[in-house]
Amino acid sequence: MLPPAKSTTAAETDALFHFITSTSLILLLGITIAIIYFAWKYRRRSEDDVTPVITHNSKLEITWSVIPLILVIIVFGWGLTGYMNLTTAPDDAYEIRVVGKSWLWEFHYDTGHVSVNELHVPVDRPVKLVMSSDDVIHSFYIPDFRVKMDVLPNRYTSLWFEATEVGESIVYCAEYCGTAHSNMLATTYVHSQEDFEMWLETAGSEDDDLDPVARGEQLVTRNACDTCHSTDGTRLQGPTFQGLFGSEREMDDGEIVVADENYIRESILEPNARITAGFQPVMPSYAGTLDDRQIDAIIEYIKTLD
Amino acid sequence: MATNDESKNVRKLQVKRFKPEENPEKHYLNQEKGLWAWMTTVDHKKIGLMYLGSITFFFFIAGVLALLLRTELLTPARSFMDADMYNQVFTLHGAIMIFFFLVPSVPTVLGNFILPLQLGAKDVAFPRLNLASYYIYVVGALFTLFAIFTGGIDTGWTFYTPYSSSAAGGNIMAMTFGIFILGFSSILTGVNFLVTIHKMRSPGITWNKLPLNLWGLYATSIIQILATPVLAITLLLLTMERMLSIGIFDPAIGGDPVLYQHFFWFYSHPAVYIMIVPGFGIISEVISTFSRKVIFGYWAIALSSLAIAFIGFLVWGHHMFTAGQSSLANMVFSFLTFLVGIPTGIKIFNWLATMYKGSIDLKTPMIYALVFLFLFTIGGFTGIMLGALAVDIHLHDTYYVVAHFHYVMMGGMVMAFLAGLHYWWPKMFGKMYSEFWAKITCAIIFIGFNMTFLPQFVMGSQGMPRRYFNYIDQFQSFHQFSTIGAYIMGVGFLIMAAYMIHSLVKGKPASSNPWGSRALEWQTSSPVPLHNFEHTPVIINGPYDYHKPMSEFQLGITASQHAHHADKPVDISTQEKEQA
Ligand code: HEC
Ligand code: HEM
Ligand SMILES: [Cu+2]
Ligand SMILES: [Cu+2]
Repeated sequence: MLPPAKSTTAAETDALFHFITSTSLILLLGITIAIIYFAWKYRRRSEDDVTPVITHNSKLEITWSVIPLILVIIVFGWGLTGYMNLTTAPDDAYEIRVVGKSWLWEFHYDTGHVSVNELHVPVDRPVKLVMSSDDVIHSFYIPDFRVKMDVLPNRYTSLWFEATEVGESIVYCAEYCGTAHSNMLATTYVHSQEDFEMWLETAGSEDDDLDPVARGEQLVTRNACDTCHSTDGTRLQGPTFQGLFGSEREMDDGEIVVADENYIRESILEPNARITAGFQPVMPSYAGTLDDRQIDAIIEYIKTLD
Repeated sequence: MATNDESKNVRKLQVKRFKPEENPEKHYLNQEKGLWAWMTTVDHKKIGLMYLGSITFFFFIAGVLALLLRTELLTPARSFMDADMYNQVFTLHGAIMIFFFLVPSVPTVLGNFILPLQLGAKDVAFPRLNLASYYIYVVGALFTLFAIFTGGIDTGWTFYTPYSSSAAGGNIMAMTFGIFILGFSSILTGVNFLVTIHKMRSPGITWNKLPLNLWGLYATSIIQILATPVLAITLLLLTMERMLSIGIFDPAIGGDPVLYQHFFWFYSHPAVYIMIVPGFGIISEVISTFSRKVIFGYWAIALSSLAIAFIGFLVWGHHMFTAGQSSLANMVFSFLTFLVGIPTGIKIFNWLATMYKGSIDLKTPMIYALVFLFLFTIGGFTGIMLGALAVDIHLHDTYYVVAHFHYVMMGGMVMAFLAGLHYWWPKMFGKMYSEFWAKITCAIIFIGFNMTFLPQFVMGSQGMPRRYFNYIDQFQSFHQFSTIGAYIMGVGFLIMAAYMIHSLVKGKPASSNPWGSRALEWQTSSPVPLHNFEHTPVIINGPYDYHKPMSEFQLGITASQHAHHADKPVDISTQEKEQA
């Protein structure tokens, strides 16, 4: 029933899961058989059936209180041990900052590189995520690793894991956060340690050599702008980029603004400074995520979308 | 035999046997007529029926919403509604099911109707207050409908901050205000029931002869009175934050969102027990009646309800294992959660033991009770799973939780409610329903239910988060199977509506005691006379003493001698004396 276990702690969680499932199934089976058997064996044969007076039976009652008590104490202890392992990150864990925004995940690495909706981690090395939210509560969840932690706006929370195999795993937002909650997904890329080092070195610069328009197009996908902005005229959470550049935009206070370079730059860095009429103020700020060169590239790309 | 001390408490009553009149011409349904008489009635039975109408209405609405949700989930992303719509629909479905259907269901409908009858009283202690509770409920409901029509809200029934205090759209103020008002209805009903149980028991109903249904309602009333004010305070704080921008829960203005979760679950976990404990009462009545056997472990069942009511106040943190609570808090809450599991388990075994060597008649109410036992046990075991810290980290906020609470609330409480409704239907309306169709329907609902919610355990274990409009392809076949199950269940409820209406119009007249029960409510006519009993019942046996002859359960004194006025001593004892 469980997804593949791809972290060092997953096996213990799974063992407990299976223990509870199988014990429950055995007990459920017993109870079900008793129900059916009694219903058949003691079915009413005549309206004058006389039944015995059995009001209680202390021995029996103590037995069926104590045995479940012992079982749940085992489950409690087991669950607690697993949980303590899940919450105590090893000291040498590699730290990554995670920022949840409605509705995307940002990952900040110690090199200063920021990736959106892509978490890159090394295999066989503990990784600790230090997380916070820019707006409402989100919850960071990787089923393959059996880890989940809420991401709060007013304090840091953290979780850790050690991936055991190279590959990809899905990340969900598990705390309801509004319209695109179910699209607030990310992918964890587990690299071999060398690959990870290499990725870290080249990550920020991998698209430096592209021309600005192509680079802008990449950035728009990679920064999840396209979850809210279409390029073909469709209305999503936000206005479409098609025909945006140079057009007259009406703000929700009635002001008319021409969508020039400055307006687009402001929209990206301080999206709530001016709200386009007919839309909700839900766009996250990309200040600190995108640098000036990247914003330039996005503007160049938007210019091409007529 | 009696010591001096005891003999002071012994009253001697002259009792007669009162056989209930069969199919009386005059009864509560036809004695006061017209819309106005209904709307202003203080009769607990009519108020119970008014609640029945209202909660059926809400169950229907929320059920249709559930079917819409399930239909939308047939395909990932958009099938026929958009994400915002989906979010509003699941919010309404959850909020209506919980606040307008499940919380009031058993206490206000079956409780109102049956509680005074089981006490041999003419009404609840405060009949006017009872009517007021109903209207408060209606006003709360109107506010909520208003909220729906002015834009709907999309926060989920939990109204978590800061989403609900800042980002969420819709008329959340009207909605919370509606639920705030509703809370008062709940509190007043609780007070009314407590006082009634304490003060209006017929002569002879000592605490150890109180039907277990009333022990269930007693425990529920305590929770209602103690927990509901916390909900009211929480909603009030939320309102103040939204209207006056006082920072309480919203970090943007200096509040703490997790504080809200503490407040909310401090009410809502006990509320889970408001929903389930009265169900335990019904199941005890039904199983004993249809096994025609004295209940096993009377005190164990009665006291475990109270134990659940009290420990239930101390486990709210198990909803917040991933919310950033300290490990110590998580440990304590996990432990207490397991403790609540024990009294619940004990009950299951007691009911089974009651069936042992009984004379079991598988009438519809009994079948629902057995369905309850099965489904509720699954709900309970999966609750143990969620209480285990390490596992809950994985399962929290996934479909595993959705399946778990539907097994408890729908598989548990709704089945108990249906057991009770079918059980007391003849008493309420004086008509029988078609046993054949009722059994077919029960089977359809059982199959549909399991088809809907079993796959959700698998999805949840595999990581499918809840409140998801969109999902990855891997889950599609599970979702589709679940949706088909939901349709089957929908068909089941439609058939139920049909045979119930048929029963009202054309049903065979019911005798006063079609199930051969020993409980007091069956010792008066069906439908019940306007003032319940033409005499004051006197109780000498427990409500489950099936080894005593029926005649001993129909004793009473003539109505002029009011039972509740203990100051009127009556001489000459019959065969039994009553001990206080
Ligand atoms: C969560 C959804 C979301 C994401 C992600 C998002 N935006 Fe937006 N964006 C909006 C919404 C909603 C508006 C309109 C309201 C406003 O002005 O803030 C908007 C407005 C804009 C505008 C002004 C458009 C106009 O018609 O006035 C620009 C430019 C813009 N976004 C660019 C971007 C870029 C570039 C990215 C990615 C780096 C991005 N957005 C990511 C939701 C989003
Ligand atoms: C008494 C019966 C029921 C009760 C008390 C109940 C209660 C709830 C609650 C509290 C929620 C959570 C809403 C939220 O997350 O805010 C919910 C969600 C849901 N319920 Fe029910 N429900 C009942 C019956 C049903 C039925 C019969 C169906 C299917 C036909 C159903 C399908 C759903 C679905 C699809 C969701 C949404 C899950 C999600 O997206 O997270 N429910 N229900
Ligand atoms: Cu989310
Ligand atoms: Cu709870």
